[in-house]
Amino acid sequence: MQSLQHSLHDPIWRRAFRQGQRDITGAALGSMAMGLVTGVAMAKSGMGLGLILAVSLLVFASASQLACLPLIAAGAPLWVIAATACVLNLRFIVFSVHWRHYFAGHRRSYRMLMAYFAGDPIYAQFVRLHPVHLSTGRTSAAQQGYFWGMAFTNWAAWQLASLAGIFLADAIPLAWGLRFIGMLALLALALPMLTDRSVCCSALLAGIVAMATASWPMGLNVVAAIATAVLVGLWVDRYWRAR
Amino acid sequence: MPAYHDVYGWMAVLVLVLVTVFTRSVFLLPNGASRLPDWLRQGLRHAPVAALLAMVAPEIFLSHGHLLNDWRDARLVTVGAALLYYFLAKRGDVTGTILVGTATLMLFRIGLGWS
Repeated sequence: MQSLQHSLHDPIWRRAFRQGQRDITGAALGSMAMGLVTGVAMAKSGMGLGLILAVSLLVFASASQLACLPLIAAGAPLWVIAATACVLNLRFIVFSVHWRHYFAGHRRSYRMLMAYFAGDPIYAQFVRLHPVHLSTGRTSAAQQGYFWGMAFTNWAAWQLASLAGIFLADAIPLAWGLRFIGMLALLALALPMLTDRSVCCSALLAGIVAMATASWPMGLNVVAAIATAVLVGLWVDRYWRAR
Repeated sequence: MPAYHDVYGWMAVLVLVLVTVFTRSVFLLPNGASRLPDWLRQGLRHAPVAALLAMVAPEIFLSHGHLLNDWRDARLVTVGAALLYYFLAKRGDVTGTILVGTATLMLFRIGLGWS
């Protein structure tokens, strides 16, 4: 990749990359906790080591891995597995709408690559430093460096922890509640996104709806929560603007 | 594991990879201007934080599908400590918030043996 080689020698890109690495540290800790939990769960799923390593290295999505492994172990039809993974990845569809503002002007292959590496914590942290996207639809060197500094660090942290979980499954005490550290990281990342009162309203309601529908299968409660937040958000925006 | 099981397993992994790549890039795939209706684009500004909190809230307040009935739960203390740090000590420090929460969780789970 010529452009990447070019970027690596750009001091602005490099400085932004290092800042990205620093800013994602806390969230990467949460990713590590989730990676460990996912690795242990995979090791104990009864699937072969080759398959487990392939899932860990290629899929890079803890929620759909945790939910789909039991389905695979039980021999569920492939379309059920695909549907479950789609629903659990719905939030990434939402993120891709937002990433489009920043990356639409780049090549399609580059857009797909960056989207693949943009795990849960990346968008929240990225928009804090770069709330405004360029009108060209292309990212600046500083934005690109920042993105890859965060995305690479988060990816590496998750992968190392997942591999550690796979190979050290019996030595890791899950009673410590490692999974909750991953959730804590997502909560901490969500806090700075509560920028105005109508977002606070929609977010609060999303949390309540997600709990009220927690018994729904396949992570559909998150879908219900997002849909509610968007509709209520639209209404609240309009209500407060009208006054 | 029988051979057909292996083929099935690899196909399932392929499905997961394809779904991951597709869902993460779906709105980045088309070239040219976005064709989302305006109202939806405005509404979607509420979606990212809603998605994060929708995943987190049940993990904090529910236990086996029911609301916690005992406040002495390490998760509540952890979230309380994290929120206090974020809003009162160092507003905007995400990394510190996660570290404070993690330390609290470890203290109460491992140190004090809370559930």
